[in-house]
Amino acid sequence: MLENIKTFASTFFVTGDPMIYGADVSIVLVSLAALFVLTYFKKWGYVWREWITTVDHKKIGTMYFTAALLMLFRGGVDALLMRVQLAAPDMKLLHSEHYNEIFTTHGTIMILFMAMPFMFALFNWVVPLQIGARDVAFPFLNSVSFWLFFFGAMLFNLSFVIGGSPDAGWLSYPPLSENAFSHGPGQNFYIWGVQISGIGSLATGINFLVTILKMRAPGMKLMKMPMFTWSVLAACIIIIFAFPVLTISLALLFMDRFFGAHFFTIDGGGNPMMYVNLIWMWGHPEVYIVVLPAFGILSEVVSTFSKKSIFGYKSMVFAMMVISVVSYFTWVHHFFTMGAGADVNTFFAISTMAIAIPTGVKVFNWLFTMFRGRIEVSQPMLWVMGFIPCFVVGGATGVMLAVAPADYQYHNSYFLVAHFHQTLIGGVVFPYLAGLYYWWPKIFGFKLNDRLGKWAFWLWNIGFYVCFMPQYALGFMGMTRRLYTYGWDMGWAPLNMVSTVGAFLMGVGFLFQGWQIIHGILYAERSNATDSWGTGRSLEWSIPSPPPVYNFAVVPQVKGFDDWYLTKEEMKKPGYKAEKPQLESIHMPKNSGIPFVMGACWFLAGFGLTMETAFSWMIVPGVIGLIGVGLCMFARSFSYDTDYYIPVDEVKRTEASLGRVV
Amino acid sequence: MAQAAAHDHHHDHTEHETSLKMLGFWIFLITDCILFGTLFATFVVLRTHTDGGPTGKELFEVPIFVAETFILLTSSFTSGLAVLAMNKGNRNALIGWLVITALLGLAFVGLEVNEFATLAHDGATISRSAFLSAFFTLVGTHGLHVSIGLLWMTGLIFQLLRRGITGVTKRKIMIISLYWHFLDAVWIFLFTVVYLMGVM
Ligand code: HEM
Ligand SMILES: [Cu+2]
Repeated sequence: MLENIKTFASTFFVTGDPMIYGADVSIVLVSLAALFVLTYFKKWGYVWREWITTVDHKKIGTMYFTAALLMLFRGGVDALLMRVQLAAPDMKLLHSEHYNEIFTTHGTIMILFMAMPFMFALFNWVVPLQIGARDVAFPFLNSVSFWLFFFGAMLFNLSFVIGGSPDAGWLSYPPLSENAFSHGPGQNFYIWGVQISGIGSLATGINFLVTILKMRAPGMKLMKMPMFTWSVLAACIIIIFAFPVLTISLALLFMDRFFGAHFFTIDGGGNPMMYVNLIWMWGHPEVYIVVLPAFGILSEVVSTFSKKSIFGYKSMVFAMMVISVVSYFTWVHHFFTMGAGADVNTFFAISTMAIAIPTGVKVFNWLFTMFRGRIEVSQPMLWVMGFIPCFVVGGATGVMLAVAPADYQYHNSYFLVAHFHQTLIGGVVFPYLAGLYYWWPKIFGFKLNDRLGKWAFWLWNIGFYVCFMPQYALGFMGMTRRLYTYGWDMGWAPLNMVSTVGAFLMGVGFLFQGWQIIHGILYAERSNATDSWGTGRSLEWSIPSPPPVYNFAVVPQVKGFDDWYLTKEEMKKPGYKAEKPQLESIHMPKNSGIPFVMGACWFLAGFGLTMETAFSWMIVPGVIGLIGVGLCMFARSFSYDTDYYIPVDEVKRTEASLGRVV
Repeated sequence: MAQAAAHDHHHDHTEHETSLKMLGFWIFLITDCILFGTLFATFVVLRTHTDGGPTGKELFEVPIFVAETFILLTSSFTSGLAVLAMNKGNRNALIGWLVITALLGLAFVGLEVNEFATLAHDGATISRSAFLSAFFTLVGTHGLHVSIGLLWMTGLIFQLLRRGITGVTKRKIMIISLYWHFLDAVWIFLFTVVYLMGVM
């Protein structure tokens, strides 16, 4: 009996590595501490009512943000572990298999569980406010999306301590990811974690597209929308076209692993290149999904702090739409070296380079917006300044990679690692941080500390160049990616050491940001001021900070682009008299526990189907989970009591408490 | 007066929500199209990869897939009749046509399950060759969609029995009939690309 339990435990849990035991202990301790705190302070009801069941887009945004920050931490620790392993030749910190697991989880987490939720946090915080809406088009679905993301991410992270981590890279190429080469549950964790959260992302794409198309305040024509909203629209269109391809790629891989199908196997007529094509048909557009909203943020921040309207509005919109289409015709540049032939490679090399044109247009528009503007170097603006040089270099090295013949040299070298981090950190993380600092006072009613912010900024930026510039050189010196160790004779030691130092500088920068947030929560000065920066231009700056549940007491009548700026100009005119608002009762969606339960059921289903590889009885919880998902949908279909009205009196009271005349 | 205003308010709201949900569902159908498109592309690439195993020509039985086609097309027609009955405000006819549609859908799924079982029995399983993996996955995904549609439709029939034709149930019926026609359209492609081209 005892023997049985022992063998079970050693297959079920990941064993043998002190780091993992440490993680086990800390996970248990943190969970217990959280349970204790919630119970001791009698907060269960509060957490359930105000957060878990919420359908308020602002709160969902906050939850996305919190999760993204935690994942940035986890992905960052992975990164530092890898950089320590590579800091000097013949390091013994991680053995080869462990290194494979770490770059796989790092890449997957950073893109799918950090960048995506960070982006969704900003969608949720900002889009409804910018278009004068009271919520998104489908608030219930929005909550479902969040919980699918959350439980998908948790399932993926569980692989660290239970069953074992995936190790076939962030895109899980077969045949490595097939049963024959990766028998344990690790790869299944990848499939289900990404699949579940991917379904959530697809739903978010639909939700925000409908929100932007249908929920705009009267008068806001498409060509009067703020740039950030435009960028979200473009990103949602790409999500809608790209994510179904991911769903299928993962489903087919699952069929191979679970039912012994032969889509991508070596034998049985399968074709591994089929997977590589499919996954990049999602994977390349995916990088534009995360980068377009970054462009939107930059446009907002640049124009607010240059105190000017964005330069070349129409060309900005046009550039974004072009990128969203062309991004579909570049995927082969990820495998120029895999024998597609010269004609195919030429087509994809040209289409890839073509993307540089609209992107260049955007960079020039930002520069022209700043030109002759009265630039105020606030925290958000700092990050924009960090972004521009970084992205220009990243773009240039991207064009170098797009030269198909030359790619035979750089393919899968450290040059590539340097390039994609330059675009992902410089082009995605920096702008998202700019957006975070920019909209933070809107959502929370206080600004984050400036001094700490400057420390964080400089540490991140200097660390960035110290970390990644040497990697371009290492690439030319022949160092390949996904390499877990190397010898003294290669001559790569000094540059690698420098690179690791840079990585740690960025890590310290991140700690400063954590400190900044805690410091803000404890000490920052609160204010309900509508226009926190004093130079806001779009609608979100016309309502109190943080906004009440219903956002707008009266749905605004939009006059033109940069509507809040126009209103402020109006107010300056002599004889201006504010109209007395005509309040009405406000229609709002009711909270619901179904999305959370549905997410938990997906988690159970994913976990069961994942562990089935190791224990066939795990199919039972798997099937129960799937049935639970179905029941949740039924429960929703049968519930009719899904909304309520906030009476005028209550609106009046709320507005008065926020210092507004009603 | 205040009552009337409140009433209008509700009414506007239902209409607004209907237009939101319809648009949302159309976009969902686009994503579903891409989903099927990807499966079709996979199938077309792998259809000749039989690895020495049976081919479509040897496996597919014309009477069966033609029967499946007729049944599904008819069910699409009856679901159209259901919507017509709904627009006339005739609840019983609406429910009747929905029941017929669901029964036809059930017959379709039954035939398909039977077909799959026969194939598997003859050794043409999903793990026999890449061609068969692609076949079962593509056709099975469509079958799964139909089955989900059946459950959903059954749920809606109960809601109609309880609540009759209201703004909300009307919207739900519109959406499921859209879904049903969509599955029909997908089947036409399946019929052509998988079965007809398979036996030719
Ligand atoms: C914060 C500093 C970061 C450092 C120091 C860092 C470091 C690394 C290292 C050492 C690798 C492995 C390279 C190899 O051996 O092939 C790697 C891979 C990767 N990183 Fe990062 N990274 C950072 C941030 C990010 C961010 C923010 C993202 C995405 C938004 C990201 C996405 C990726 C991806 C996709 C891979 C490839 C994984 C694979 O090969 O499957 N990284 N990173
Ligand atoms: Cu690409």
